[in-house]
Amino acid sequence: MRRLPASLSCAPGELRAGIALFVAIAGISFVGPFLAGDPTAITDPSTTSLLPPGTVRTQVDLRDGTTLIVERATSVAGGWRCKRLGEDLLIEASRIAAVHRRVYLFGSDSVGRDILARTLAGGRISLAVGLSALALTLVIGLGVGALAGWAGGLVDAVLMRVVDAVLAIPLIFLMLLVATLMRPSPLTLVLILGASTWMGVARLVRGQVLSLKSRPFVLAARVAGASAPRILLRHVLPNALTPITQDAALRLGDLILIEASLSYLGFGVRPPTPSWGGMVADAQAVLGEAWWPAALPVVLIALTVIAAALVADGLQHAQRRRIAVP
Amino acid sequence: MVRVVLARIGVGAVLVWLVATATFLLVAAAPGDIASRLADPRIPPEARQRWRQQFGLDRPLAVRYADWLRTAAAGDLGVSWLHRRPVTAVLGRAIPNTMLLAGCGLTLEIIGGIAVALVQLRRPGGLVDRTLAWSSLAAYAVPTFGVALALIAALSYRLDLLPPSHMLSPEGELARGLPRLADLGRHLVLPVLAIAITGIGAMARYVRGSLLDERSAAYVLAARARGCSWRRAIAVHALPNALIPLVTMAGLSLPFLVSGSLVIEVVFAWPGMGQLMYGAALGRDIPLLLGGTLAATIAVVAGNLASDLVTAAIDPRVRL
Repeated sequence: MRRLPASLSCAPGELRAGIALFVAIAGISFVGPFLAGDPTAITDPSTTSLLPPGTVRTQVDLRDGTTLIVERATSVAGGWRCKRLGEDLLIEASRIAAVHRRVYLFGSDSVGRDILARTLAGGRISLAVGLSALALTLVIGLGVGALAGWAGGLVDAVLMRVVDAVLAIPLIFLMLLVATLMRPSPLTLVLILGASTWMGVARLVRGQVLSLKSRPFVLAARVAGASAPRILLRHVLPNALTPITQDAALRLGDLILIEASLSYLGFGVRPPTPSWGGMVADAQAVLGEAWWPAALPVVLIALTVIAAALVADGLQHAQRRRIAVP
Repeated sequence: MVRVVLARIGVGAVLVWLVATATFLLVAAAPGDIASRLADPRIPPEARQRWRQQFGLDRPLAVRYADWLRTAAAGDLGVSWLHRRPVTAVLGRAIPNTMLLAGCGLTLEIIGGIAVALVQLRRPGGLVDRTLAWSSLAAYAVPTFGVALALIAALSYRLDLLPPSHMLSPEGELARGLPRLADLGRHLVLPVLAIAITGIGAMARYVRGSLLDERSAAYVLAARARGCSWRRAIAVHALPNALIPLVTMAGLSLPFLVSGSLVIEVVFAWPGMGQLMYGAALGRDIPLLLGGTLAATIAVVAGNLASDLVTAAIDPRVRL
């Protein structure tokens, strides 16, 4: 691990840009909910629905627990003079717990929830689901691929026919069928995504194992009496790491797109928990009046997929460079 | 050759059977039987029991499986619970609509992708190349519903140029001949664009990479040495070879003609397979879901076979 900074600094620009972008998105999604507030809070729908980006409002917290969002508030003797929905109202100081400024940096949605807070919280779910599904895909794919490639013969034939069969089912229909039969939750989402995308990894790993299996260093390890799991983990896997990582990066982008589509269709995470796809589905109903509720989640999905594609491209370039300059 | 093709068709049939069995078992293994999930919990148990009998759910699994397989093999996929009509009839209405939309989208995507890659490679690494490379990366990365909604918001709501949804307007539905066709064309533009934009991004990235490898191959250099112009060397010598993997890709996207782009069809309320299956999933219409999955699976298997055959026909290095 000590060599990582050095190897990263001479890595292609795309790889560094991709990693930086991904870390930035993951970072703000992780930290964001602490800064941007509660994404599910519906504070004062009549005055806050569909505020355009950059709107500034004043939030008045009353002692009875309710919250008012007003256009303007000025401190006067004995309380606050507030302008709400075009009418002036005077709120006595005894009823007020706190008054503070509130900025809707990216606007608000149709029930007045802050879009920035929802997008960042949604990013947490979308990234967590995408990364967990990738982990599941890799575990199944590596297992099946390594077993098929190493064992060969009947095991290989049977496993590869299973791969063919699962590949022959249109992914989205399979996911609809499973989503119909199971209650949607982040866990089932991960299971559905993982169970329907491992076949590509399995094929890739099988090919790598087959081509490395008869190399002298693997034969040497076999002669030395190393067990099959040890050879696969210590000798074969490290040599197949680059194509697998490159494939995994692209796959992460695809998984995030599929997760967004499923959430958009309503087969993903249940509301009111925000997710990027679900936010766009909500925004579609008011698209005629407001474009901004849909914009930020779409941009963040795209940036995440771009980051993944940049990492994959960068790895490929690094590989080419290594071959070109021995 | 014929024997190989027949053998491949046999393997394909086995695959379809495997998928059919797997999806059937998946439905059967789901917690709670369908009669108890489908209906309102307030329905009395006797009615529920009658339903079970009507759908044949009171029989053992093996009997149900054998029965379902026999009728499915004979081309009868049961009756859709939502539409109250045979599944084959419901699918038969939806598939042509999907083929129209997906066919147009796919054609535009392939032509556009090749065109963008060719423009990029006039000067690799140049300003045009880099701009287009970033644009196609962005186009590939934006989710299809994002592209679709942006198109609707801009061209339909803002500028009021094109209809935002459905296949025909009420007037078009009543019209015949040319006016009907014109109405259909107007409704096609946005969904086709939405499919093509994301597709062109992926396609251009792919063709560019493949063409970049080909153009430095020895045979292109040889063509240049014989006095062939760059343009001709690329278009006549390198491009056909660069497109061979594209045939495989096109074959893999053949099922797209049947299953369609579900998201696009849902966004634009296009009455095709995707929309149908989406409705079936929301309404828990199991026979329709199973039937649609089976139809799309057959398309996948047929697409794979077709692409292998075409690849073998155009690439002398590949034998079946």
